[in-house]
Amino acid sequence: MRNAPLPLMLAILAGVFAFLYLPISVLVALSFNDGGLPTAWTGFSTKWYGALFANADIMGAALNTLIVAVISTILATLFGTLLAVGVEIRRRKGRFLETLIFAPMIIPDIVLAIALLSFFSLLGVTMGLHTIILAHVVFNLAFVCSVVRARLKTFDWSIVEASTDLGAPTFTTLRRVIIPVLSPAIIAGALLAFTLSVDEFVIAFFTAGAGRASTTLPMQIYAMIRFGVTPEINALATIVMGISVLALTLSQRLNRGGLPGQ
Amino acid sequence: MRDRRPLFLMTPALAWLTAFMVVPCLLILALAFFRRGLYGGIDYTLTWENIALVFDPLYAGIFLKSAWIAGLSALIAVILGYAAAYAIAAMPRRHQPLLLFFAVLPFWSNYLVRTYAWIVLLNREGLIVHLARLLGFEGELPRMLYTETAVVIGLVYNYLPFVILACYAPLSRLNPEVTEASRDLGASPWTTFRRVVLPMTVPGIATGFTFVFVLSIGNFVTPALLGGGQFQMIGNLVYAQFLTANDWPFGAALSIFLIAIMMGLLTLQTFASEKASGGRNA
Repeated sequence: MRNAPLPLMLAILAGVFAFLYLPISVLVALSFNDGGLPTAWTGFSTKWYGALFANADIMGAALNTLIVAVISTILATLFGTLLAVGVEIRRRKGRFLETLIFAPMIIPDIVLAIALLSFFSLLGVTMGLHTIILAHVVFNLAFVCSVVRARLKTFDWSIVEASTDLGAPTFTTLRRVIIPVLSPAIIAGALLAFTLSVDEFVIAFFTAGAGRASTTLPMQIYAMIRFGVTPEINALATIVMGISVLALTLSQRLNRGGLPGQ
Repeated sequence: MRDRRPLFLMTPALAWLTAFMVVPCLLILALAFFRRGLYGGIDYTLTWENIALVFDPLYAGIFLKSAWIAGLSALIAVILGYAAAYAIAAMPRRHQPLLLFFAVLPFWSNYLVRTYAWIVLLNREGLIVHLARLLGFEGELPRMLYTETAVVIGLVYNYLPFVILACYAPLSRLNPEVTEASRDLGASPWTTFRRVVLPMTVPGIATGFTFVFVLSIGNFVTPALLGGGQFQMIGNLVYAQFLTANDWPFGAALSIFLIAIMMGLLTLQTFASEKASGGRNA
């Protein structure tokens, strides 16, 4: 590797980073363009952000997204953390169990989406924000679990034994010993789950039910792209990306173990 | 007591996954073998018709088309992603984590937004056409948006960060002494790459390819937005069966094939990884 020609390597990096960042940079720049058109810069303006906050549909969708993301993140963080601790305590590694935990991260979203749609319809469940939350917890808990498990690989289990030997019940050991040590990873996992939920479109689209009442932000963005693009969408895109970048940077800072797969 | 503790910790999550993933997926498996009802409902008589219909030339054609687009996207993403991962691994160690972080960052931002960015670039009044005019290009440019190419660009763009991540892992673990040994024994840089580096990093390539292929073949958002309904992919077909055509059993049958393709590729990928690590031990 050290023998690799440096100019070529730098050229590859410049090319790939330009490919990754130019398209989204264009959106960010356009969101501040007074005229709103991609072909002419007519001056700096924040009026599209103003228009965004005055749009009741978008604000309603933003509130729905926040409700779904917060509730599904809380549930997924709780369940995913307990799952991670449980799996790592168990010495025996079951292949079936591993597949079950890994599946929500790899299953094509359209498959899970139509499966849940059929499931809820056949049970006669009225769909809405609550069904989106139920669905989001499925993949969110898998991601939280994988982040927490990565931290548990370097966990010193002797402190758990010490706690047990000193007579602490399991729950106390969990609350006073395991959770505090794991907290950076747990928060990192929660932030990751939050951004996944904020950005998730396909499953929410299928499990939201009829009507506008449970439209989330990605559903609103999809509708805006398909049926008439207005310049407001650039401002909305910038804000949505900003939230993801912020949450992810925080997550990375807290968790030296890195992102799942890293 | 000691053995029951992990079970009680895992129960809430496993119950959730069972109720909202395993059971719904089994339901889809069952639905595929029932008949479509007269008014879009489900007629509970067993049939092979839905599975057979998937092999109808019309639908088999859509499967092949989807596989072609997914395969092409995965191939391009792997070439670009491998080159980028190789370049990151060639940089000084202290800079690598930050470079990797920025390579992966776009992956976690909104998929729709990243796809929309390409509409802004590619459309008839878009930035690329405008730039071409500024540079003095006079003639009519070919249509870029709503083409197969646009869909492939969109898929590569969206999934490239993951491929970089997948290829970086084995490249960063590569022992520099091995490549030095190859060079000392007289191999050219190209031969060293082809015969030493590449075989040892096959698992990363396999993971990246599988991931892009699986996510692309079932994708309905990118063909809808960048393909503009010019052609259908399996994702769009499944979407239509559930939301417009109301033929759930056929939609379920299509999904089963999607899952089968995914599982097949995952098995191949595991096989590729095991073979590569086996070769290392030998």
